Amino acid sequence: MPGAIHAEGLVKTFGRVRALDGVDLDVPEGTVLGLLGPNGAGKTTAVRVLTTLLRPDAGRAVVAGHDVLTAPDEVRRSIGLSGQFAAVDEYLTGRENLRMVGELYQMGSRAARVRAAELLERFHLTDAGDRPAKTYSGGMRRRLDLAAALVVSPPVMFMDEPTTGLDPRNRMELWSVIQDLVADGTTLLLTTQYLEEADQLAHDIAVVDHGRVIARGTADELKARIGGERVEIVVHDPGRIAAAVGVLGGFSRGEAVVDRHTRRITVPVQGGARLLAEVIRELDARGVELDDIGLRRPTLDDVFMSLTGRAALEEDADGPGEPGGPGKPGDRTAPAPAGAAAAEPAHPKEAE
Amino acid sequence: MPATPRTAAAPAVRRRGTVARSLHDSLVVARRNLIRMLRIPEVVIFGLVQPVMFVVLFSYVFGGAIPVPGQEAADPVVYREYLMAGIFAQTVTFATAGAAAGIAEDMHKGLVDRFRSLPMSRGAVLTGRTLADLVQTALTVLVLVGCAVLVGWRIHDGFPRALAALGLLLLLGYAFSWIGALIGLSVRTPEAATSGGLVWLFPLTFVSNAFVPVGGMPGWLQTVAEWNPFSATVLACRQLFGNPEGTVSDAWPMQHPVLASVLWSVAILLVFRTLAVRKYRSAAV
Repeated sequence: MPGAIHAEGLVKTFGRVRALDGVDLDVPEGTVLGLLGPNGAGKTTAVRVLTTLLRPDAGRAVVAGHDVLTAPDEVRRSIGLSGQFAAVDEYLTGRENLRMVGELYQMGSRAARVRAAELLERFHLTDAGDRPAKTYSGGMRRRLDLAAALVVSPPVMFMDEPTTGLDPRNRMELWSVIQDLVADGTTLLLTTQYLEEADQLAHDIAVVDHGRVIARGTADELKARIGGERVEIVVHDPGRIAAAVGVLGGFSRGEAVVDRHTRRITVPVQGGARLLAEVIRELDARGVELDDIGLRRPTLDDVFMSLTGRAALEEDADGPGEPGGPGKPGDRTAPAPAGAAAAEPAHPKEAE
Repeated sequence: MPATPRTAAAPAVRRRGTVARSLHDSLVVARRNLIRMLRIPEVVIFGLVQPVMFVVLFSYVFGGAIPVPGQEAADPVVYREYLMAGIFAQTVTFATAGAAAGIAEDMHKGLVDRFRSLPMSRGAVLTGRTLADLVQTALTVLVLVGCAVLVGWRIHDGFPRALAALGLLLLLGYAFSWIGALIGLSVRTPEAATSGGLVWLFPLTFVSNAFVPVGGMPGWLQTVAEWNPFSATVLACRQLFGNPEGTVSDAWPMQHPVLASVLWSVAILLVFRTLAVRKYRSAAV
């Protein structure tokens, strides 16, 4: 049974770049798929193909029961698209923007007017509704863009990095809007480079890198893949890193990740808090002074690192990820602390 | 099982025929572009400054120096009558730059993506834009006609023929705005679209009978000028306004300027509309 969004073997090349290299996706009706990946992974290309904006070189896709290639107009009637660049006309007022979109969805002009008023109300834009969108803050523009995507209450929604560049308050607000939509039964495909966002909003996650889906599953399944807890320590004296790695080796279930710059060492372990006490005693006995120690559960950041060999927000300028993957001790840089990447967007692009 | 068609519950969606939908969508987009013009009046005003400046400069600076063929000597009054059709025609072709810049900006801002994801008529974004530009061009021409009358330009063969001339001008302007649409879809930035929409207009409009008699150009350039679509419209307007025509060559477009003007404009319109709509459908930012 195909889902509300179903794609098989999508391929799209731009010159020599394979933006999509055989992507299969399936989003059951009423669920949220998070497409997670770094810049340039192919997320936006996938959305553009699924929303009929781009013709794939190979493969097929069915959205809301219609083939993207043979019935694009039917697909367009059933989808809403909200992009990362807040595509509204900034010289039109919020109300004019929504009315225009309604009329172009072929609603009658009266129905479009009523719907515009409803949406302004729902997105707390009524007061600003008759001001040109140019005067809106970044968060307001994003809400208007989302409202424009919802004019016909489409059964299938696509959101391309809906919260990129928003401040935390606006992001939370948008999340709650998205959660309401999903509660109403809308099928949603969401792209994001924020792991926390995928964790919060998506039922299923597909990790995309270099035009391929390299892993899929629920957030918990993906986290379980790279094992359980890990101990993370920060050594006070860089000269003692080797000694600390030696101590941790005795407790570790895998290889240690060392970041010399921040003097942080992370090792996978099993045994919980009691083990932590032992680690502390042993390090103390060897005279390794600590600045910090903690027991961490894996985050999606770790998942991403272990799958791609890079942190999620890194710009991938260095070609294909190393096949060796993470965990080579001593010589590579560990991921940024979990949560830090997600909490602070890399491209603050708030209202100018 | 395909997704439940929840659109059915959404506000009434009207089914229109292809032509009706295309017209409806084009008008919705045209209204949007006209609202924009009202909110950014600077663009309209600067669009007026240049042609008005040309009227004044050519009338008073060059007017005394350029003899219209058939006249004994340079006569500024006769030259003004000769000149105006050229300035009007040049002005309407500047709609190209507006269309190019507007469409490039819509591409750049992601609005074209929004439009392309809607179940709307494919050509409507471009048609709406060119229609709005046509309105702006018409307003510009009206202001220009007023200025021309102030510096002494007159029509001599009655209003119907003068209106026909204005019709030819607007048709030319509309055709050229489709060239602008194609440029706007083809360049990467709005800035490039503005200059890309303008630079080639200068040779096109100057290598013509618009400002100086063709007779003074080298032979090959004369041929180019005589077959220039722009020259046909200029000469047609001079005839319809009853303004001095200068010496007219034997080239076919110069012998049948009205017909040549219509044919050229329609041909440009059809070719560039087809190319632009095709480009729009496949446009990838």
